[in-house]
Amino acid sequence: MSVFIDKSTCLLVQGITGRDGSFHAKQMIAYGTKVVAGVTPGKGGQRFEDAVPVFNTVAEAVHETQANTSVIYVPAAVAASAIFEAADSGIGLIICITEGIPVLDMTRVLPFVHERGARLIGPNCPGLISPGKSKVGIIPGNICKPGKIGVVSRSGTLTYEIIHQLSTNGLGQSTCVGIGGDPLIGTNFIHCLAAFEADAETAAIVMIGEIGGTDEQQAAEFVRDKVKKPVIGFIAGQTAPPGRRMGHAGAIISGSSGTAADKMAALAKAGISVMKRPADVVPLLKERI
Amino acid sequence: MNLHEYQARDILRRHGIPVPPGEVATTPGEARASATRLGGGGRGEGKVVVKAQVHAGGRGKAGGVKLANSAAEAEAHARAILGMTIKGLTVHKVLIAPAAAIATESYVGIIVDRASQRPVLMVSPAGGMDIEEVAAKTPEKIHRLAVDPRYGLLSHQALGLGFALYRDVNQARAAADIMQKLYQVVYAVGASLAEINPLATTPEGAVQALDAKIVIDDNELERRPDIAALRDVTAEAPEEVAAREAGLTFIKLDGNVGCCVNGAGLAMATMDLVKYYGGEPANFLDIGGSSKAQKVVAALRIMTSDPRVKVILFNIFGGITRGDDVANGIVQATHELSLKVPIVIRLTGTNEGAAMEILTKAGFSSLTDMDEAVKQAVALAKGKAA
Repeated sequence: MSVFIDKSTCLLVQGITGRDGSFHAKQMIAYGTKVVAGVTPGKGGQRFEDAVPVFNTVAEAVHETQANTSVIYVPAAVAASAIFEAADSGIGLIICITEGIPVLDMTRVLPFVHERGARLIGPNCPGLISPGKSKVGIIPGNICKPGKIGVVSRSGTLTYEIIHQLSTNGLGQSTCVGIGGDPLIGTNFIHCLAAFEADAETAAIVMIGEIGGTDEQQAAEFVRDKVKKPVIGFIAGQTAPPGRRMGHAGAIISGSSGTAADKMAALAKAGISVMKRPADVVPLLKERI
Repeated sequence: MNLHEYQARDILRRHGIPVPPGEVATTPGEARASATRLGGGGRGEGKVVVKAQVHAGGRGKAGGVKLANSAAEAEAHARAILGMTIKGLTVHKVLIAPAAAIATESYVGIIVDRASQRPVLMVSPAGGMDIEEVAAKTPEKIHRLAVDPRYGLLSHQALGLGFALYRDVNQARAAADIMQKLYQVVYAVGASLAEINPLATTPEGAVQALDAKIVIDDNELERRPDIAALRDVTAEAPEEVAAREAGLTFIKLDGNVGCCVNGAGLAMATMDLVKYYGGEPANFLDIGGSSKAQKVVAALRIMTSDPRVKVILFNIFGGITRGDDVANGIVQATHELSLKVPIVIRLTGTNEGAAMEILTKAGFSSLTDMDEAVKQAVALAKGKAA
């Protein structure tokens, strides 16, 4: 087992003929993900790489194929619309890689997705990978190894760094989920922690947070009350100045709230082992499992 | 993107919110002329306020807001304030506004709240002061309402909050009207924050927005060229303007270890690791996903423009970013710029082998371990051999 995606994932790629979409669609196919359809308005009837059928709309793609999951690579200006379309067409799991969606668009997207019973991961995220089973998004497959560690993170390359530390030290992963660096996201730490706690193949969880908001504090309370598996945590941005957006739209200390120190204290108080630096992940995990 | 107070006031006025008049001056002479026009009549009896237009909080405490009793005094205040530095930013403009007689001061603000994932309206009868301070000391004085964006701010909701501010029905209605208009402003301009502080009542009972602050979500700027045009580059740090134009995210800090990283999370973790090993990061810099050589050149130029920077640390984990692109950029930059500081390179991931080859040929060595690279950079910044 794994969380959110597995061998039964039938993937639709929104923006499959674009620069990023086509590059990553090829990578996902090469990794073994079942890519069953692509959508680019105006290119319906074509075949991507002579194999994957391309449709004009998500509704058509869902009608004609077994697609149950969609990954979005379209430009920011039309990304909110792509999420609406996927949710409206009955897609159950939507992963939005696109960065730069206005936050006010997300205030309208999120209730819509929720009402249709779909799960959104992201936006502004690297997607997810269940090593050896399926990859949806842009996490490099070659740095991952199958195993028992669940990884959930707000970041992209920092997640790769941690996965790399795990893999090179013989600690494989059950699933790695990038939930995204925006202030409003569809799937948060708690959703992922609950999924990992319920997943028989996950033995321990690594959560990688950062400054901004209070998601990590709420996740810490959830771990204290509901998670029995060992959890290791990291918070990026200990040296970040207040009031400045540190690359990710959501990584900003507002007034006195959202600091790394606050978050690290909350994690430690909930019984989470807190890393001081990425290289601590391996020794801390070995202590706990 | 932050707007100046005068720009925010213009936006509110255009959306029908009552805002007292005001004029922007860039010279003491203009300030005098504006003060003569604005301070002549009304309740202020010739008095005006001279307010620094700068993207920094605490303007008043820094001496950037002064009351003038005459046009001559307004000119003198403007002379003192223009050119003044507040939190590292130089004041280039002042706002001249009539000094209104104030009966009460309240607060009205809208933010996009992460927890409820909705726009949240916050009002408080304790206006005119820092709302964070009110929230910390007297949280019972703040009233909050998460607005359902499908229906917007409904009249009865706004009126309910109007009565939280004023007992008088006319004032409560006026405040409710202002709240609904402020909500429209948020979606009209793409604001992540819009606040009126203070929302004041005059002795005659009129309700007015005296000071306004609007922050625009940077992700909105592409589709709103009219709002993007309000950007005042003279009010921003020059390195940050140069970085933005080169497609980089750059934030200046006080240390001496220049950091050039791909990805925001890894960039923060790298700064933190510099500190962990006893150094001080000079900046946050994310060169982003598809890193062309020219971006690396721009990044090096910006970092080395600060004479305090003693070493440049590259930390690249290739995913979408290709290691050979970054390596080419480093080599190209050393041809274009005469670098006087050492460079420490950590590079792993996509096309690592090709990158190593390019760097070795050009006489650079590179590491694959992040901790080793950071330790070396910190030692070099402290003047020790690596």
